[in-house]
Amino acid sequence: MKYAYYPGCSLRGTGRAYEESLLAVFRSLAIEVQELDDWNCCGATTYLSVDELTSYALAARNLALAERERMDIIAPCAACYLVLNKTQRYIRDYPDIKTVVSRALGAIGLEYHDRVRVRHPLDVFLNDIGLEAIAAKVVRPLKGLKVAPYYGCQIVRPYATFDDQRNPTSMDQLLAACGATVAPYPLKTRCCGGSQKGTLPEIGLHLIRYLIAEAQMNGADVIATVCPLCQFNLECFQKEAGSIRHPLSIPVLYFTQLMALALGASAATIGLQRSLVPVEPVLEAKEIAYA
Amino acid sequence: MELKRTVKFEADRDPEFARWISHTVGGERIRHCLQCGLCSASCPLSLYMDYTPRRLMHLSREGFKEEVLSSSSIWLCTACYACMVECPKKINITHLMYALKERAIEERFYPKRFPIPVMAQQFCRMVRGSGRITESWLIVRVFLRTAIWRLLSMSGLGWKLFLAGRMPAKKEKIQRQDEIVALLDSVAETRKELAL
Repeated sequence: MKYAYYPGCSLRGTGRAYEESLLAVFRSLAIEVQELDDWNCCGATTYLSVDELTSYALAARNLALAERERMDIIAPCAACYLVLNKTQRYIRDYPDIKTVVSRALGAIGLEYHDRVRVRHPLDVFLNDIGLEAIAAKVVRPLKGLKVAPYYGCQIVRPYATFDDQRNPTSMDQLLAACGATVAPYPLKTRCCGGSQKGTLPEIGLHLIRYLIAEAQMNGADVIATVCPLCQFNLECFQKEAGSIRHPLSIPVLYFTQLMALALGASAATIGLQRSLVPVEPVLEAKEIAYA
Repeated sequence: MELKRTVKFEADRDPEFARWISHTVGGERIRHCLQCGLCSASCPLSLYMDYTPRRLMHLSREGFKEEVLSSSSIWLCTACYACMVECPKKINITHLMYALKERAIEERFYPKRFPIPVMAQQFCRMVRGSGRITESWLIVRVFLRTAIWRLLSMSGLGWKLFLAGRMPAKKEKIQRQDEIVALLDSVAETRKELAL
């Protein structure tokens, strides 16, 4: 089965490494993908707060484009994943929204008949490929690497499409299949603040501080994320969030970077060098090859 | 000394606002709210809010428009959906926060140079112009309009990200931009026609 790959805007910017490593995992697991033709911004959480109706129409254009190709969408970014899912449900539940969206799509020669599924890579890896098949392809087990799995909000909330809402475990299982040790991380679905770090900095930092401190307290060597904004927040503001008495420093990677590494990809092809908190010293200490 | 009445009277309520909130998308169940407080307990931002989500739900359905729209809570909400998952009455609280934000922007209930509505507006403008968001340009546009000094304080981080190839200077743009414009215009037209 071929999937329509919908990268979203962040994966072309701050989340470059997410795209690079995700594509590497797709190649290793022989998952066939095709980038969604001329995709547009999903509207993210921002558009919803200014103009809700328009945001559904924007998201629906991507759904309709995928439907035309008869493919399911893979959306790696948490915000894209949620917005596409939400749009599907609201079109189903609210006739007015359906009318607005159908007319808007009609104006550009598209149709939407609710025949496309929106999937997250976690879901595809776990349920379409399976843990055994992945474990069989691991050439570089991440032995001794203790990872705090951070899911953030929008992958499991408000819609539990493939995992538990309070204690998701899909990433835990995938990382364990790659040979890593999963650290206990009770804050795994606590919010990182989203764009709050930019707009109301003190509050953003407060949320970031506790997430990192808890990962360190539980002995994690690295935090794994599934969302470009979570990754950005947790990695780029560690110095600011910490203090002289309680300094914070821990590499924050995308879960796909860890998977790709275990599946044999080299560091440069999965964007390890793009990290601001270098992960190489940790890998060297654990004697995990990454070249 | 300025004396203010601290208790609200029945006449201070705005029944139109109460009607609007219970008829808006996601607000259908607001009248079922038990005031149990699970939303406030699960909210990671409630400790910074002037009105916690529980109080905000109550104030809105009773029609205290001024209090609700000038509350900090609607801007603090990050849309993490924790409240919605916990709500025993399945009230779409996060979505109501969006509706309140939209209304507060419409009626200009926010301080001057407040970055959140500015960011939302710049975001929309960029989507109309390019179809996609280029994060670096969005950040620059927002801070030029709200807090230029913070642009300078962030330039160190920006430079590091640029060197890591994570802040491309080139703008992302889709090919069929005309489709986005037509899409947006069609929504505006239908909205007017159906008075949504």
